[in-house]
Amino acid sequence: MTHYLLTVHGPAERDEFGSYGSKEEMEEAFAATGVFNDRLHAAGYWVFAGGLAPASAATVVDGQGETPVMSDGPYLETKEVIGGFWVIDAPDLDVALKLAAEGSKACRGKVEVRPFDGLA
Amino acid sequence: MMQGEKAAVERVFREEYGRLIASLARRFGDIDIAEEAAGEALVAALERWPASGVPANPGGWLTTTAANRAIDRLRRENQRDAKHQAAFMDHDDTPHEPTGPVEDDRLRLLFTCCHPSLAPQARIALTLRLLGGLTVPEIAQAFLVPETTMAQRITRAKKKIASAKVPYRVPEAADLPERLGGVLTVLFLVFNEGYLATGDGDPVRAELTGEAIRLTRILRRLLPAEPEVAGLLGLLVLTEARREARVRNGQLVPIDEQDRAGWDRALIDEGHDLVRECLAINRPGRYQILAAINAVHTDAPAAPDTDWSQVVALYDQLTRLDPSPIVALNRAVAVAELDGPKVALALVDRLPLTGYHPWHATRAELLRRLGRSVEAKEAYDAAIAATQNSAECAYLSRKRGELV
Repeated sequence: MTHYLLTVHGPAERDEFGSYGSKEEMEEAFAATGVFNDRLHAAGYWVFAGGLAPASAATVVDGQGETPVMSDGPYLETKEVIGGFWVIDAPDLDVALKLAAEGSKACRGKVEVRPFDGLA
Repeated sequence: MMQGEKAAVERVFREEYGRLIASLARRFGDIDIAEEAAGEALVAALERWPASGVPANPGGWLTTTAANRAIDRLRRENQRDAKHQAAFMDHDDTPHEPTGPVEDDRLRLLFTCCHPSLAPQARIALTLRLLGGLTVPEIAQAFLVPETTMAQRITRAKKKIASAKVPYRVPEAADLPERLGGVLTVLFLVFNEGYLATGDGDPVRAELTGEAIRLTRILRRLLPAEPEVAGLLGLLVLTEARREARVRNGQLVPIDEQDRAGWDRALIDEGHDLVRECLAINRPGRYQILAAINAVHTDAPAAPDTDWSQVVALYDQLTRLDPSPIVALNRAVAVAELDGPKVALALVDRLPLTGYHPWHATRAELLRRLGRSVEAKEAYDAAIAATQNSAECAYLSRKRGELV
């Protein structure tokens, strides 16, 4: 089994319905994502998942010097940011890609699939 | 060792390469290990065969030798990670687990090489390298990129296969049609690059057309019930049958001017059989229809005997599957024979294909036939500027030169 990070990419700017057009769309996407999450649990693929607060809530820390330097905002200023992610444990890439397609449909965003090189 | 003996060993090695790598990759779960072991088996064969003769089953000899070398190497390196441990345990010849509708190592590897997670260029290169047994310099030359670029492309794809765990598996029946399409595309592109080669070198690269046909034949043996596989093979052999007649003195010869006595009858018969087989299955697809169009062409004893209404009807059928402007352009070429160049030109002029050299070449030809020389010359110039094939360029230049 291999661990894969499934990241959902969406717009950095969010309004009151997150990255969704309306309240209904947002609720539908949340419900569909919930169903997908249940399926990951039931099939044994689930490791961890979560939605992230807006990138504007991020702080970058550089601890390489004598005293850590903090700066407001995400590491990269981009229009598209990671909105949430899953970590799954799947037998191979075909399974991971299938699950990513289901997750993408559920949460209504593009999903990047990236294998872990190893786990601590 | 005599040069001839070395060449003979290398020829056998190349013929067996795809089978060898596929079997080793399945057994050891790692392409790099498979390639290294295959290389060592070649060295061993070059040492042994000239003295002892080529064994009765050279593929079996190479596979056993390579597998033993791989196991020796893994033991020597005393690898402790799970993958290599698993490889040790897998070294006896227990039957592999059934994972799909068809179980052949080469087919698994072909689906791995053509995996949708790999860049299209990398799929073609990997297929030629691992299944075709072409060397990296040969593939680099075929696609006119520097050797280092091609080496990097292949290395990166292999690393992705290993790290993202692209499976060695024939997809399940439900996923097969979708995935098979990607494999057929790769084989078709390999053939096309050989048939209408880009660059200043040979206008036709027979090693690429031959390799595409060989791999498609393997696919056909492995998936005999898939009509699109039969269709692609039919299309390729009916096209290949005309290869010799298609270029004369470095110039492309259009089909109506080709010496039909120079066509390969055996390939044409094979292609016609495949097309008949597809018709009987009656599940038409893109490659089957293209094969049928080529069957109509190769059925005509001379160019004027061509059944153009049949060709147009087949393009109509293809348009329903694939309503692309490129299909519409090819259909218009057939319409020109049936309804005249004026009707065809009206169809062609509507198409958004100004960046596609066959569009300019088709317009040039139709304008020439309509006696509109000035416009025809402009269209030939545009076609010549856009083509990357030396024989086609020579042909277009001649046609342009004939205009008064």
